[in-house]
Amino acid sequence: MIINHPLLGPRDSAEFVYMGDASLIDRPDPDTATPEDWHAYAYLRENVAGDMQELWFHEGGDRSWLVVTRNTLTHEISSVALARDVARAKGRSK
Amino acid sequence: MRYSGFRVIKEALTGHKGWQPAWREPEPKAKYDIVIIGGGGHGLATAHYLAKVHGIRNVAVIEKGWIGGGNVGRNTTIIRSNYLLDGNEPFYEMSLKLWEGLEQDLNYNAMVSQRGIMNLIHTDAQRDAFVRRGNAMILNGADAEYLDLAQIKKEYPFLNFDDARFPIKGGLAQRRGGTVRHDAVAWGYARSADSHGVDIIQNCEVTGFRIENGTCLGVETSRGFIGAGKVASCVAGSSGHLMAKAGMRLPIESHVLQAFVSEGLKPLIPGVITFGAGHFYVSQSDKGGLVFGGDIDGYNSYAQRGNLPVLEDVCEGGMAIMPMIGRARVLRMWGGIMDMSMDGSPIIDRTHIDGLYFNGGWCYGGFKATPASGFTYAHLLARDVPHPTAAAYRFDRFAKGRMIDEKGMGNQPNLH
Repeated sequence: MIINHPLLGPRDSAEFVYMGDASLIDRPDPDTATPEDWHAYAYLRENVAGDMQELWFHEGGDRSWLVVTRNTLTHEISSVALARDVARAKGRSK
Repeated sequence: MRYSGFRVIKEALTGHKGWQPAWREPEPKAKYDIVIIGGGGHGLATAHYLAKVHGIRNVAVIEKGWIGGGNVGRNTTIIRSNYLLDGNEPFYEMSLKLWEGLEQDLNYNAMVSQRGIMNLIHTDAQRDAFVRRGNAMILNGADAEYLDLAQIKKEYPFLNFDDARFPIKGGLAQRRGGTVRHDAVAWGYARSADSHGVDIIQNCEVTGFRIENGTCLGVETSRGFIGAGKVASCVAGSSGHLMAKAGMRLPIESHVLQAFVSEGLKPLIPGVITFGAGHFYVSQSDKGGLVFGGDIDGYNSYAQRGNLPVLEDVCEGGMAIMPMIGRARVLRMWGGIMDMSMDGSPIIDRTHIDGLYFNGGWCYGGFKATPASGFTYAHLLARDVPHPTAAAYRFDRFAKGRMIDEKGMGNQPNLH
């Protein structure tokens, strides 16, 4: 699979470490989260058969985190964004 | 019809005109006591033990495609019980004992072959870890044997003992491990379940669950609604996809695991060899093909095929430990979809929805677990309490901190 890195262009997916379901971006607020929230965050995952948003870490490259939208039935990648931009668009790290 | 040597001779002499289909093709009834979703090894085994051990025969196994067309037909056929942890080892040893009696139980030749399995050791630390594992196996009633270098050279003279990175220093053997004809497992369980009155309904896809007031009343399928006293999900590989239809998120990711077979060769490898450090394991099928594999591809996938980097990695491992494999040609390769759980261990449990039960999360250890999975799942379905041997395989173990993590990897499924 080739991941079209937003800064570096097309890169072999073997350069990346796969971290799964991109909902890991939505970390619960430590001040208000319940143990159930943490359990869901740490252990439960979306496991979509179709287009799925995923975190890929460019360990063998610029060490950026990407949110990759990839079809789990065909392995086709439809969009790639920096996880930083995705998180900020959700209001994180303001 | 019972199968026997006498029957084979009789049929041979009379033109093979007396054989009957091994199971019926019934139309689904409006309601069953128990509907099992998934006609793979585990689902068919569950039906067999429900009927034979618990006398519950008003049971349907519904299967999207044809029975045995999923992971029970896509594995590398290895059986073993060489685990370390308390939650796992008694379960897999129970499974191995059930394998040993399987053919008599089913009256079906599953070609159970206890040709032995050996894990290679390359360092002192690894030797300590494997000896500890062997002791845990023996404490749980399994067999384990430490092999020194001379013994391995005698049994497997063709290995590369002096690899610069991973020189072979010893091995942990389980002589009772081995291989089984995987398709025959599905067919044998199906034939037995059918003979006890279980309906096996193929080409019937579950499209949803009918859940009212927190109780599951049955399943919507491509062949209409089928009512059920209890619904038992048994679709490892597709668990996340199926249970999402019941609104559940699982501690599971679906990953693709590849396997490879070479052209047929003369008898070459007596047992199963695992080279864990190099991501490679191999055995030889009765037809002569070398059956080998390695790690999962590492990303979520429902496609039953993998990518080339893993093929390269597996073949590199093979060349490093067993250079003669370079003379063989790869004949076939395929992928199967694994339920990779958050601690590398399976789940056999009720769900929070009354009447809906779950069996999945087998990672890449599902085939060897088939008999014990069916046996303990049938117990749970029949009696509504977990079987003592599978009591650790609960959904709540993550919330309670009772993970069964053989490799100590934590909640990252692609590392298990």
